[in-house]
Amino acid sequence: MKNRLKVLRAENSFTQEDLADIIGVSRQTINAIEKEKFDPSLPTAFRISKLFKLPIEAIFYFEEN
Amino acid sequence: MKTARKKNLYQLAAWTWSWVATMAIATFGPKYIWDDHTILTALAVSVNFANGILMIIANRNLFNKFDELERKIHLESLALTLGLTVVVGLSYSLLDTTNLIAYTAEISNLVLFIGVTYLICVTINTRRYV
Repeated sequence: MKNRLKVLRAENSFTQEDLADIIGVSRQTINAIEKEKFDPSLPTAFRISKLFKLPIEAIFYFEEN
Repeated sequence: MKTARKKNLYQLAAWTWSWVATMAIATFGPKYIWDDHTILTALAVSVNFANGILMIIANRNLFNKFDELERKIHLESLALTLGLTVVVGLSYSLLDTTNLIAYTAEISNLVLFIGVTYLICVTINTRRYV
């Protein structure tokens, strides 16, 4: 699954640590999501979506190879 | 969240060290401290057992404080460690019962194997995701 988390975080001037604290996960988890090595759970995706005031599909999207 | 997690981590460390200490007392006490007194030995073993239970609860409490990625890392490591322990443990036991090894298969070797395997698995999985 692809995502725009890194771009959105930069646009809002958040560090990974800031975002991790707000969402309630570790900085490593934010890093893994940004690098697309790990797909977040639905509650985490909803928290991210609420924070950036965007629908989930505007942040996370599926791209078939 | 971070403070609660740190507290759980310190609790687990404390229970683990006290479990190791009570294990040492229960192992060496009968010979070196209380001269094979049955009641004292039974008491030492009981205290060690109770301490072990508290250590497991502390471990579960820490696990519940992990976030989703950490849980995934630890669950994958636990699954791999469990599988390897069963396979390696039974093969090790077979080597002993068929007299292919000259010495007796000790459970302590298996405990050491579990610890090292889990540590390696967590390290590899952490590097994989982060």
